[in-house]
Amino acid sequence: MRTFLLKRSLQLIPTLFVVAVIVFFITRMLPGNPAAVMLGPQASAEDIAAYAERLGLNDPIYQQFFDYLINLVKFDFGNSLSYNQPIVNLIMERFPNTVILAVSALLIAIIVGVPAGILAAKKQNTIIDYLVTTLSLVGVSMPIFWLGVMLVLAFSVNLGWLPSTGMGSLDNGLWAFIRHLILPSLALATIPTAQFARVIRSSMLETLSNDYIKAARSKGLKETFVIYKHALKNALTPLLTVIGLQFSNLLGGAVLTETIFSWPGMGLLIVNAIDKRDFVVVQGSVIFIAIIYVVINLIVDVLYKVVNPKVNLDGGSGGAN
Amino acid sequence: MSDQLLTVNNLSVAFQSGSITTKAVNGVSFSLNKQESIGIVGESGSGKSVTATSILRLIPRSFAKITSGEIIFQGRDLIKLSAGQMRKVRGNDISMIFQDPSTSLNPVFTVGNQLVETIRAHRKISKKAAKQRALELLDLVGIPAPDKRITMYPHEFSGGMRQRVMIAIALACDPQLLIADEPTTALDVTVQAQILNLMKDLQEQLGMAIIMITHDLGVVWETCEQVLVMYAGRIVESATVKELYQRPLHPYTWGLLDSQITESQDSDAPLSSIPGSPPDLSYEVTGCPFVERCPYAEAICHQETPPLQQLADGHAVACHFQTGSNTLERKEHAYREGTFTRS
Repeated sequence: MRTFLLKRSLQLIPTLFVVAVIVFFITRMLPGNPAAVMLGPQASAEDIAAYAERLGLNDPIYQQFFDYLINLVKFDFGNSLSYNQPIVNLIMERFPNTVILAVSALLIAIIVGVPAGILAAKKQNTIIDYLVTTLSLVGVSMPIFWLGVMLVLAFSVNLGWLPSTGMGSLDNGLWAFIRHLILPSLALATIPTAQFARVIRSSMLETLSNDYIKAARSKGLKETFVIYKHALKNALTPLLTVIGLQFSNLLGGAVLTETIFSWPGMGLLIVNAIDKRDFVVVQGSVIFIAIIYVVINLIVDVLYKVVNPKVNLDGGSGGAN
Repeated sequence: MSDQLLTVNNLSVAFQSGSITTKAVNGVSFSLNKQESIGIVGESGSGKSVTATSILRLIPRSFAKITSGEIIFQGRDLIKLSAGQMRKVRGNDISMIFQDPSTSLNPVFTVGNQLVETIRAHRKISKKAAKQRALELLDLVGIPAPDKRITMYPHEFSGGMRQRVMIAIALACDPQLLIADEPTTALDVTVQAQILNLMKDLQEQLGMAIIMITHDLGVVWETCEQVLVMYAGRIVESATVKELYQRPLHPYTWGLLDSQITESQDSDAPLSSIPGSPPDLSYEVTGCPFVERCPYAEAICHQETPPLQQLADGHAVACHFQTGSNTLERKEHAYREGTFTRS
């Protein structure tokens, strides 16, 4: 286990290096002069040139790149051009908001998607199964921007039940906070819910055809026990994989959802930064998201071991066979 | 009644796949006394496993159905029991071990966990007491250092040891009847003998009845008193093991016996086999199901299905020419290739 964690931590270095390189050059390819964008249309040519000089935009690209790498090694992600404060502060301000949204969407997806998938597998080829399969196909294919707008139209504009944008402050009470959270987390949960249902359904169907399920029934165990203990634990591995992937996705900031609902998270931060050509913010946020991805993947790998004792994290074959 | 444990009457099981109905088991009847062991032999697809799994009603509900018959166990018809009542029978009164212990133990739970859950499914005892019982059971089936083994996972055991664990689980609640579905097929030959001996010892010690399903007549010879020969979903011959070896009557049984390897056999001689294959049970079989492969078949065999007829000495056979005054002359090497041409 320790070897495994050490090995994986070392793997983080090349991953982050590659991400840093790619994001640097992609942001440099964005059209438009950041100095001009930031100073606005009224700025004079001299002002823009002076500002660009101050930001170091006139240095040769390789020099900018090396300065950037050296700062990264020193864990200095730089100052935002538009907000004029350290990136780290910006991320620390926005990331918790994204976590709130991501966790509530993930919880909805697990609470709704997993039982639906299990039920569909249990009742294979019945109307319940067809319903779950059809709905989950619709769910994974749903365009979020459309669904988000429709939710706003229905629940905010027509019914007037829920606020359409922004995030509620806890100072105004828990209900105000939750009211603001409902629509964005529903929109964000749609795809993961459908995906979890599909994955757990097929994985349960495969597990239920195993001999040990027949053996468990032959021992006189209750059917719920057979399904939720014997089958489910075996069916969890593929589910863990998609939960991990989805969660890192959600933590990376749901760009569309946060934009539609003006949710002040990582996604909105990045979109605004791109708009303003604030590439320091884009670089810092993308590297941060990459770290989150790697950490979540690591946690998922450790969980595989918890679910399946045959998994050997340190490499080599797993026991006698 | 006193000695009778299980009576199966006219059991038929059908598989439904779309519009095709396959009669996997067709009117099977037999009975079993307490502490008796009975072997069911036959080739793949003969219905022997389906018969046995039907007793526990473990055939897949989605496509298999018991279409007729009764299964009387200790005076109760198992087919008429509710799901809850049936669950109390499984693992408690009747338990089962399967062909491949590496797939019939759940890989993600320790063997201790799988033993304890079985005990606690039927006995109202504490976890601690159940664990104690689990240790005794592991010891009973000859697993060394049970206190260490009990926390291990199935993949940390060898094949033979896994089957011992399966037997321990099956015996957890002192069943009256143990159904063993090809318990040695997936094991090494040396381990096979150990497992069979263990089962025999345990049967004497605990006094349970055994239904042994196998395609290996040798296994039946070693472990059983009674034997049923199944072919195409029907019983074609039933006798004591001794009687079957001394005076086999059905041409199919002759073929099975001829296919066995004997010590005196010339090692260069080709192995004898029964040519052809069993009939497709998704079609109505007219006449004797064995007719297409039988070197003794005559016109009547194509027209009428022979019933299983009891002979005077408890031997029963389903053949037109082996009842009453009719008797067939068993030909030497009737199934050797070349000596038998289809009529």
